Amino acid sequence: MIKIVKRDQPSRAIFFFTPVLAIFLTLVAGSLIFFILGFKPFEALKFFFIVPIADKYGFSELLLKATPLCLIAIGLSFCFKSNNWNIGAEGQLTFGAIVSGGVALLFYEQEGFYILPIVILAGAIGGMLYASIPAILKTYFNTNEILVSLMLVYVSKLILDYLVVGPWSNPEGFNFPETRQFSDSAKLPLLFEGLRIHAGIFLALAAVVISWFVFYKTYLGFQMKVSGFSLKTAKYAGYKGKKMIILVFLISGACAGLAGVGEITGPIGQLHREISPDYGFTAIIVAFLGRLHPVGIIFASLVVAITYLGAETAQIFMQIPKYTGQVFQGMILFFLLASDYLLFFKFKFIGSKK
Amino acid sequence: MIIDINFIGLIIASIMASAVPLILASCGELITERSGVLNLGVEGMMIIGAISGFALMTVTGSLIIAIFGAMLAGVLISTIFAFLTQTLITNHVATGLALTIFGIGISAMIGKNFVGIPGKEFPVLFKDLKDTIPLLGPILFGHSIVFYFAFALPFITSYFLKKTKIGLIVRAVGDSPESASNQGINVRLVRYACILYGGAMSGLAGAYLSMIYTPQWIENMTGGRGWIALALVVFSTWNPIKILIGAMIFGGLTIIQFHMQAIGVRIPVQFLTALPYIVTIIVLVVISRDSRKIRLSTPSSLGKSFYKDN
Repeated sequence: MIKIVKRDQPSRAIFFFTPVLAIFLTLVAGSLIFFILGFKPFEALKFFFIVPIADKYGFSELLLKATPLCLIAIGLSFCFKSNNWNIGAEGQLTFGAIVSGGVALLFYEQEGFYILPIVILAGAIGGMLYASIPAILKTYFNTNEILVSLMLVYVSKLILDYLVVGPWSNPEGFNFPETRQFSDSAKLPLLFEGLRIHAGIFLALAAVVISWFVFYKTYLGFQMKVSGFSLKTAKYAGYKGKKMIILVFLISGACAGLAGVGEITGPIGQLHREISPDYGFTAIIVAFLGRLHPVGIIFASLVVAITYLGAETAQIFMQIPKYTGQVFQGMILFFLLASDYLLFFKFKFIGSKK
Repeated sequence: MIIDINFIGLIIASIMASAVPLILASCGELITERSGVLNLGVEGMMIIGAISGFALMTVTGSLIIAIFGAMLAGVLISTIFAFLTQTLITNHVATGLALTIFGIGISAMIGKNFVGIPGKEFPVLFKDLKDTIPLLGPILFGHSIVFYFAFALPFITSYFLKKTKIGLIVRAVGDSPESASNQGINVRLVRYACILYGGAMSGLAGAYLSMIYTPQWIENMTGGRGWIALALVVFSTWNPIKILIGAMIFGGLTIIQFHMQAIGVRIPVQFLTALPYIVTIIVLVVISRDSRKIRLSTPSSLGKSFYKDN
């Protein structure tokens, strides 16, 4: 007989093992979906997860996609750790891109070493401004941050749409919905000749290091952890709750804004309608899969980035619909949440011997 | 300028039509939340309903199968949510988000073969009566059965919660699962049922969009309506009748953009499209400012997991 028993304490080993289990279960369920759709499961998985990163170019693409995911997820982990549900990172990314893109356009056809830092800073500020809306409404008007941050995603995309169609559209662009190309000084340098991977990856790595330091070595990190466990305890301990809410939103807004900068000053080089394939939403999954731990998030962003690439490759080679990537992303989160059950409960085998 | 009184009637009717999916999804979610469960997957369940309804209609040719199939699809996908949050005690917010991401992906995958196929005409009731009464005629008559159901639903929901025994049980489970459990009520079972009911209503809302409102399949065609439905539940302070008012306001905002464009108001189309989202935020702020009122009307255990050792 098997009995389910509640653990006295959540198991730490299982805490880091379940993400691996979740990925494995996703692969199994994914094969099943491929089979149902009429594709050979193993071949499909090969095109999905191995072929895309089999060469140098593919690996560079993987890092290119993992960079914004990692950056945003690091920012989100500040919010999630302290029980703030910012799910509008996509909007903060878009608004950061709008502000930094606007600044980059001001420097059209100008060169100078100072341009890029200003553009990057503008993106971070744009993301922070946009994230401050749900934060301020939450702290001073008691408004649900989930709904506000999400509504703002739609608004930001419409602002972007308005700008690239209207006032910011390229005057020589035959009415295409896009701005002028940024000048070279407003673009992130490429790291290798012929590959698209750019210096934005250092922003992500810096975010990883800084967040690790804040989480585990500072008083702020401790406060966030306590507030995450119990808001009552945090209040009792006299933490300034409102200040912290605004701070974590600003941090995650800045990270999302930077991810937006990385996209438009990196592979894109201008503003147009579709600057992000929902990186802001997918990063929520990355944050959870990485267990809100900076190092975990690095691994998680690589795993989830593969689903983007794999979906493209599988579509080209096997005509598998590209949305399979999103389905995989949803499944990873389902399985991760489900396997968390093992954190709190264990199966006990009770022999029938008497 | 002579304004045709029937024209005003038609505008009101079109506002009501665009309110239908919001009413359906909100009333479903309201029951779910009244039992203490916060399901953020409304958008995902709605889009699943939309593609299921449209696909079944195209494949089987039967509107009845399509409508009920869409509701069943909503139930099935919400079963995942119910199993995770109730049996495996997962976090409601994260699970709901996963449901939405998963739903959008699956719907696009299934919908790939249904893009560009024209929809079918959905039968309307009392068509002949439409021109008999000025102003009221177009408002009252000539709509689909789902339309009439949607406008009855807030009243049915209100009656159910206030006057029936099962409604009382749902509220008890949402307000105090511990004492409900001590009274011998199976909290988990009640919550399962409420989640699945919410799924069915979201599925129906989606089917209304793809089969009746704009009879075709477009990727991501719910366009955030699921999230607005969630906001409406907060707006209503968990009172079904107020959902009706909220849904009409948002329906009005959607319709107004078309007419403003038609009469040539010089506002960029993007700002008009953004209006419902911005108004949602403003309304949420106004409603939530009074934190005492919100605390009194929110189901006390909303979003909190309930686990009973046995």
